[in-house]
Amino acid sequence: MKPYSYQRAEDVDGAVAALVEQPNAKFLAGGTNLVDLMKLGVEEPDALVDVRRLTSDHVEDLDDGGLRIGAAVPNSVLAADRKIRTRYPALSQALLAGASGQLRNLATTGGNLLQRTRCVYWQDVTTPCNKREPGSGCSAIEGHNKNHAILGASEHCVATHPSDMAVAMYALDAFVVVHGPDGERRFPIEELHRLPGDEPQRDTTLEHGELITAVDLPPLDLAANSKYRKVRERASYAFALVSVAAALDVEDGVVRDVRIALGGVAHKPWRATKAEEALRGEPANEANFHAAADIELEDAQPLRDNAFKIPLARNIIARTLLDLSEER
Amino acid sequence: MDAEITLHVDGAEHRLTVDTRTTLLDALREHLEIISPKKGCDHGQCGACTVLLDGRRANSCLALAVAHDGTEIVTAGGLAENGDLHPMQRSFIEHDGFQCGYCTPGQIVSAVGMLEEVRAGWPSHVTEDLNVEEIVLDDDEIRERMSGNLCRCAAYANIVPAIREGSER
Ligand SMILES: Cc1cc2nc3c(=O)[nH]c(=O)nc-3n(C[C@H](O)[C@H](O)[C@H](O)COP(=O)(O)OP(=O)(O)OC[C@H]3O[C@@H](n4cnc5c(N)ncnc54)[C@H](O)[C@@H]3O)c2cc1C
Ligand code: SF4
Ligand code: FES
Ligand code: FES
Repeated sequence: MKPYSYQRAEDVDGAVAALVEQPNAKFLAGGTNLVDLMKLGVEEPDALVDVRRLTSDHVEDLDDGGLRIGAAVPNSVLAADRKIRTRYPALSQALLAGASGQLRNLATTGGNLLQRTRCVYWQDVTTPCNKREPGSGCSAIEGHNKNHAILGASEHCVATHPSDMAVAMYALDAFVVVHGPDGERRFPIEELHRLPGDEPQRDTTLEHGELITAVDLPPLDLAANSKYRKVRERASYAFALVSVAAALDVEDGVVRDVRIALGGVAHKPWRATKAEEALRGEPANEANFHAAADIELEDAQPLRDNAFKIPLARNIIARTLLDLSEER
Repeated sequence: MDAEITLHVDGAEHRLTVDTRTTLLDALREHLEIISPKKGCDHGQCGACTVLLDGRRANSCLALAVAHDGTEIVTAGGLAENGDLHPMQRSFIEHDGFQCGYCTPGQIVSAVGMLEEVRAGWPSHVTEDLNVEEIVLDDDEIRERMSGNLCRCAAYANIVPAIREGSER
């Protein structure tokens, strides 16, 4: 591993300043992704600025009735939080479906959002990869691409975003709070991650030195009737092939409101807005759930090994919505 | 680059100088010669390196030693008290919960940390009712909660009963 300096900043401003001064520095939180990638030689920072003890590790009430999750809240603690469990169950379920008990204790909210793809070529420095080395080519497009994207990919990169937690946050209309060189900004989580386009090296819209300090969950009544479903190759401790987070409000058999996000299908968690629009005001039944999923997946472009993701996504969207309409 | 840190391991305080690249696992094994945490994969994928960090189980192979300066660490080697094996250790022996034994220290520390999570009422992926007050630790719960500890010898058939009984003591 390349040598690097390690520092713990005094406060959030100090951490931001430390990164601004050092163009090849990175924030360190739990380290469960960054340290792994440094061992593999994929990430090679000159300096680590430890932020784990800088941001809040609490879940707090917001004045608007929502919740603010500090960036340092461990994944395990967030999953077990009583308010999250009752008011935003899909988020608890998503966290509990990710990684292992040990990893969830180390992993933080901020780090989870910014974890990098699990594309095997990206993790293998001996193979071409546009995300690691822009312009070198994408080994996955013509290679083993079972785990890769079916939506929103580009000719430069077909990687998927691996986070379970983020998928639930997308469905729950979360906001991200960021401190950067120019102060604080707060924006919808959908604006955090990017599609690869012709800059696959950029996972997010964050500028160098911008620190995530919190994630806000807005008050959302239908979130109490939400669910996360993950399909993977073994029962536990595996990344998603496809996952879905959904929230549903049904009145007199009609969909009043709905939120759907997909994991494992794109370079970012995929908010299924087309399916949502198709469902609002329609009878809540299996045929309509399938039809809405079809509308969302119309643009899906399978690769050699991952066409199975299309029916899989279709089925788990419908199944999850059906479960949610029956539970009410 | 070097850094000076203090680690409290199994009740003893250690001051040591480590390269900033040193993981907690390597600091324990190579610097302090505390070898009950094992190196299986070195990538967070097997659980052999599990220790308790300030009471919570964690993979020491992905934790940087410098980042855990001042932390209270418990390894499998430190679970025994006054020479008496921890109930979970005894249960593993009685149930023959291992073959080669390489994953065992990680399994046992993980199980001890896991029981604290159960006591705290933390749900798991298989907990039917997310809002349940008290977790019933059946075999499905044990399997799910222990999925971060792989056993290459596949001694699971005995590990699960060992933990079930160890949890009742
Ligand atoms: C074996 C294994 C299995 C896994 N399985 C799953 C799974 O099934 N599902 C899943 O979702 N995840 C899984 N993970 C990934 C795990 O969830 C992430 O590694 C973890 O959430 C990252 O959090 P961290 O705090 O350790 O981040 P770190 O590794 O410390 O950081 C990750 C990135 O985020 C940046 N960063 C961290 N905090 C901030 C901040 N506050 N502001 C700005 N930048 C920041 C860092 O610079 C770095 O680039 C798995 C990991 C492993 C090793
Ligand atoms: S899919 Fe993206 S991350 Fe994977 S090899 Fe291609 S460019 Fe790299
Ligand atoms: S050695 Fe740490 S998880 Fe395998
Ligand atoms: S007993 Fe051999 S790896 Fe578990």
